[in-house]
Amino acid sequence: MTGTRLPQLWIGLVVTVSVLAAALLSLVWTPYPVDAQSIIDRLQGPGAAHWLGTDMFGRDILSRVLGGAGTALLVGSAAVVVGLAGGLPLGLAAAMNRDGWADTLIARGADLIFAFPALLSAVLIAAVYGPGAANVVVAVGIFNIAVFARVIRGAALSVMARPFIRAALALGRPWPSVAAIHLLPNIAGVIAVQGTVQFAVAILAEAGLSYLGLGVKPPDPSWGKMLADAQTLLYLDPKQAIIPGLAILWAVLGLNMLGDGLRDLLDPRLRSMRARG
Amino acid sequence: MAGFLIRRLTGLVLTLLAASAVVFLALELLPGDAAQILLGTEVRPDTLAAMRAQLGLDRPAALRYAEWIAGLATGDLGVSQVYHVPVWDMVRDRLAVSLPLAVLAFILSTLLALPFGITAAVKRGRLADTLIMGFAQIGLAVPNFWFGILLILLFAVQLGWVSAGGFPGWEGGVGPALGALFLPALALALSEAAILSRMVRASMLETLGEDYVRTARAKGLSGSRIVVGHALGNAMIPIATLMGLQFAFLVAGAVIIENVFYLPGVGRLLLQAIFERDLVLVRNLVLMLSAFVVALSFLVDMAYGAIDPRLRRAT
Repeated sequence: MTGTRLPQLWIGLVVTVSVLAAALLSLVWTPYPVDAQSIIDRLQGPGAAHWLGTDMFGRDILSRVLGGAGTALLVGSAAVVVGLAGGLPLGLAAAMNRDGWADTLIARGADLIFAFPALLSAVLIAAVYGPGAANVVVAVGIFNIAVFARVIRGAALSVMARPFIRAALALGRPWPSVAAIHLLPNIAGVIAVQGTVQFAVAILAEAGLSYLGLGVKPPDPSWGKMLADAQTLLYLDPKQAIIPGLAILWAVLGLNMLGDGLRDLLDPRLRSMRARG
Repeated sequence: MAGFLIRRLTGLVLTLLAASAVVFLALELLPGDAAQILLGTEVRPDTLAAMRAQLGLDRPAALRYAEWIAGLATGDLGVSQVYHVPVWDMVRDRLAVSLPLAVLAFILSTLLALPFGITAAVKRGRLADTLIMGFAQIGLAVPNFWFGILLILLFAVQLGWVSAGGFPGWEGGVGPALGALFLPALALALSEAAILSRMVRASMLETLGEDYVRTARAKGLSGSRIVVGHALGNAMIPIATLMGLQFAFLVAGAVIIENVFYLPGVGRLLLQAIFERDLVLVRNLVLMLSAFVVALSFLVDMAYGAIDPRLRRAT
């Protein structure tokens, strides 16, 4: 497949890499410290000293947008890792135990998790432990466990029906080694596609919860928190509400296009609905 | 059909019970209990004990859970720990904002998604398709609360056509109330419309490739008659399923949007309850929203089962 045949994949990859680069850059360098306040410099427009201007506390907006990328990627990747760490073994176990008690139990557990949209469980966790980025990781992570378990079960079942798996089992190979050597490489693509979707869901959830004051705590940078601050300044300095939103749009768009592109690369016939939280 | 209904209904009740247990246990895990949270850490032990007794926390958790469920079954949601008024009285007024908001958003997302999705399918591979799917891709990535802020920025701050938020109430007439709900509903509808239009396109493309559609084309029927008369009806089955599930997401999404537009709905009440640590209110609101999601997916299942008899046997 060439780049021209899969423009979505390449655009998505470039956009996602740019967000990743911004996040990595923010770990070692930002024009100003992300939480450095300077009241005399507040609400400045874009200029040589502050490329994107300053916020109501005189903090450099570019530095906070870069720092926000770091927060978004950290929360997003943690939520995907939690989801995979739980969802992969559960999904494989459900597939191997098809229609058995473990399969039924896992399916009912997933139903229960789906009864709480990720946003709602994050709200519940925030009610218990107070605001914090960990809430978002736990809430979206739990939701991701159910999503990954379901998707991996389906993908594993379709691969398990193929002759080479049966042949490997007939040769007397134990299940875990068959799963690791033959099954996993064949469902890795499906997992990768779902991973991009859940990553995007986590970034949106982090932004939404931080906007509500239930996610990342100040002064840590978050795109959602920046939008909440900007909303109080809509009449005074409307442009503050543009940049953090564009950053979220950019990151989520990149991941979604990467996911769509990967899916088309793996199975051009498959045009399934994207899962969501 | 009766067996299918009973199985599904049992599943519904069990899921709701499990959800209520999750909510109850989550709030039981609180570091410190509700009395401590309400009174702070500097409180005298006898005052704390009195508050614990007043809230019923001195009794076993299992008993309190059973009382809560028994109360729910009879429509008694308990009393707010902060405002000391029945929870149902607080919720009832807020539902009069949240439900119409979700319904309006549902209507808007359908009105946007159906024509755009159908057009994209019919014009597959052409400019209209590319443009519509491009917009849908962007619509999926735009956070609804940011879209809400942009709408406020344009229509309230720049143009001055509407106020930046708030709700006049239904007493002042349906017009002003619906007017106040329109922009929030639009903000809520955008991403759902994007998802739905992709689904409509995919489903229509599948149906348009079926043999009976080709037969209709061979008979010389016009394009619009084929789309509306033959393809749309069958394409609607998966679309209707998604629409049912989306309504639940709209109600959950309202938690954020109500805060963007300062609407006095259930979502804003939930956030207020969390910041004021009103755990009885939080418990009931979270369960109510989750029950709504579960009940809707049950209804979608039922409708699907009624349309497609194969599903009744499969599950």
